[in-house]
Amino acid sequence: MISLTVNGAKHEVDVEENMPLLWVLRDVLNLTGTKYGCGVAVCGACTVLIEGAAVRSCSLPAGLVSGKSITTIEGLSAGGALHKVQQAWIDAQAPQCGYCQSGQIMAAVALLSDKPKPTDDEIDSVMTNICRCGSYAQVRAAIHAAAGT
Amino acid sequence: MVTRRMFIVSGIVASGGLAIGYALMPYTTLGRARKIAGKPDASMLTTWVRIGTDNSVTVIVPHSEMGQGVHTSLPMMLAEELDADWSLVRMEQAPADMAFANVGLARGFLRGDKSIPGVLSGPADFTFRKIAELMNLQLTGGSTSVRFTGVDGMRRTGAAARAMLIKAAAQKWSVPELEIVARQSKLTHASGKSATYGEMATAAAELDVPSNVQLKRKSDYTIVGRPIKRFDIPSKVDGSARFGVDLRLPNMSFAVVAASPVFGGKLKSVDEAPAKSMRGVRQIVKLPDAVAVVADNTWRANQALMALRPEWDEGPNAATSSASIFAAMDAALDAGKFKSDFSIGNVDAALKDARKVIGHAYRVPYLAHATMETMNCTAHFDNGKLTIWGGFQDGLGARAKAAKFAGIPIDDVTLNHTAMGGGFGRRGSTLNYLQHAIGVARQVQGPVQLVFTREEDMTQDYYRHGSVSRMNAALDDKGKVTAWLHQFTEKFDPPEATMVNYDFANQASRYVKGLNPIPWGPWRSVDHTQMGFFIESFVDELAHEARQDPFEFRRAHLSAAPRHKAVLELAASMAGWDKRPAAGQARGIALREAFGTIVAQVAEVALTKDGRVRVLNIWSAVDPGEVVNPATFTAQIQGGAVYGLTAALYGEITIAKGRVMQRNFTEYDMVRMGDVPRHEVRFIESGAPTGGAGEPGTAPIAAAVGNAIFALTGQRIRELPFKNFDLKTGTRIAAL
Repeated sequence: MISLTVNGAKHEVDVEENMPLLWVLRDVLNLTGTKYGCGVAVCGACTVLIEGAAVRSCSLPAGLVSGKSITTIEGLSAGGALHKVQQAWIDAQAPQCGYCQSGQIMAAVALLSDKPKPTDDEIDSVMTNICRCGSYAQVRAAIHAAAGT
Repeated sequence: MVTRRMFIVSGIVASGGLAIGYALMPYTTLGRARKIAGKPDASMLTTWVRIGTDNSVTVIVPHSEMGQGVHTSLPMMLAEELDADWSLVRMEQAPADMAFANVGLARGFLRGDKSIPGVLSGPADFTFRKIAELMNLQLTGGSTSVRFTGVDGMRRTGAAARAMLIKAAAQKWSVPELEIVARQSKLTHASGKSATYGEMATAAAELDVPSNVQLKRKSDYTIVGRPIKRFDIPSKVDGSARFGVDLRLPNMSFAVVAASPVFGGKLKSVDEAPAKSMRGVRQIVKLPDAVAVVADNTWRANQALMALRPEWDEGPNAATSSASIFAAMDAALDAGKFKSDFSIGNVDAALKDARKVIGHAYRVPYLAHATMETMNCTAHFDNGKLTIWGGFQDGLGARAKAAKFAGIPIDDVTLNHTAMGGGFGRRGSTLNYLQHAIGVARQVQGPVQLVFTREEDMTQDYYRHGSVSRMNAALDDKGKVTAWLHQFTEKFDPPEATMVNYDFANQASRYVKGLNPIPWGPWRSVDHTQMGFFIESFVDELAHEARQDPFEFRRAHLSAAPRHKAVLELAASMAGWDKRPAAGQARGIALREAFGTIVAQVAEVALTKDGRVRVLNIWSAVDPGEVVNPATFTAQIQGGAVYGLTAALYGEITIAKGRVMQRNFTEYDMVRMGDVPRHEVRFIESGAPTGGAGEPGTAPIAAAVGNAIFALTGQRIRELPFKNFDLKTGTRIAAL
């Protein structure tokens, strides 16, 4: 049994210690907002926050995050109000197919908590998530809007 | 000149006139549509629109949303003609049923101004003769949604519904129809009488649907042309959008699959023992060409699959490689048994008589689609009936294929659409994942969700095919092109991809077919992905040979193409073409017409210290005839350019021993934020027939970048991707 705290709720899950957090979220806890893209931590679709830091959950054994605070896209707007990053995403009409956007948003939330006014270079170096639709211009604009820059 | 399009049209008329007549007869399917999509507290006035007693307007859209915004732009077109209050408009995706087939496509096709896009059927069974199949369309591809369904379906049906509402009110109030004003979902008369659309909808639905309707003038538009916010976006920022892979059903199993790594291979045998006892494993399923593991979650299924060591009968492709494929293409071009694509004047004579002939060969590799959501499908057999869930670009086509794969009548197949994590042609007619899901589901109790791992997705794609092109042209002493001969491998779709819009006096385009032994299919912008690079790079070479500026050279050859000329001039002016680029930077220009939309792009590049190209700016001038939603259209042009830029900079699938060598993004890299240039997009709304949005932005970008590299370094790179070259010297740095 692994004890996980996801979006403030505690779960006891009967899974292998080495099962990646992504699959525990998606297939055990049915939190499907976090996406599978590559399985090797290079595309960023599975990004979640662990204690506020952006982590690629497809390559993170669930056993390692027992007791830590895990936030997924579903937990970002807890209480009903959208997070300012989510609102900026709507205002900029950033998503196209939308599949990568949970990961993009979680990466952006972590970036902005680290650097509230990121430069374009800082955005480039942190936002390495892949978007096949090519929504990058709108994602960049949304980050700047959320930062007020 | 007999064009391919004319042949298509006459062929269809000859063999399927009755079917067309039926399908094009307006609204013959309304009864069935009402049965399927009707609601007790609402009235369906036409196939595509339902008006509720609460005054809500629901537009029923027969296309799939892949991020191109079509679930919003089509309702915009209908609501415009209906004069609806936009705040009351909702969207619903049509069920995969004949009643909601894409009639607009057929109508435009019959008129002869639209061609059937190749995405609707794989190259293996691409056929024009089965008219019934053509009518069976709910295709989302070939940039067809707005320009076919929108123009010929949504707009007319909105106007028809509006006319019906007015007629119903006129009858009720005993006033002439002409005196009634319909605006913002409300009907009013000078006498003071008024009603909402919702109040009049029940009476309006009793009336016949008019077949001739008056469409609005563009100057009267209040919805179309505005950057309306998309319906689907809120669900895509909070994790609530349900993609195919997000479906969760009671008693559902999860399956992953490994198909023969060699294309065309079969499963010989597999020892189930290593996987059978692993935790969560429910079943190991053998298919003719694959083995699948069914488990209680995706990860456990994949752990077990990786423990298996299947043996394959590798079949005839066991020795196929990129080198052997390209060698066969070169040999076929040498042999010269060409099919004629088109011919204007006498190119052979013009080349023979020419004082100066320039000739070069180009090539591009295979490419994977690499949608962010890997291929997947959920399937459930229950009492001989099959239900499937997933993201499909052509719901009706997928339903028909599912029936074929399952060997049951189509009426026993139900298809449920989910959101789609990227399509780009992959989720149209190339349905190996559907076939595998059905093959597994028929051996499993309860619903099963079959998911391709990224590795399976990348190695079992239907690739943008590799291609070789040889171009020859003649220049006269004034720098005018007097002959243009293009010979290449494989032609698919759309027809205009091989054409040039320049006034070259003698032109011929010829090709050889059947040289791609591995599965291939449509890929965003289809043949334009190769042809844009081949043609617009070579035109640039001709400009250089003629000692002319690449922009001026193109412009001088557009005497018969005023729209193209205007687009080219706008792109040049946006880029400040007449001003020198900064030191260490250079610009390239390219022009394409793709899917009814004309795009000119200027790319501005620099080299990094290690000799790689960095694209700093793109300027796109676009004439799509008209723009329904400028925000989504701009995003499509920008996104299309990113898709094409990935192919130009990095994209390469290679084959060795019949297998794809790239298995994940680590080996098949993508343009990411740091690679993305600033990209300004401007439109010319010329009023020409409406063109597509999703694909035109992809078509010119590789050539624009290659031409800029030449302007910067003097090196002409005639092969993609650019990463394989030292751009300072033009030498290939990657092994062939």
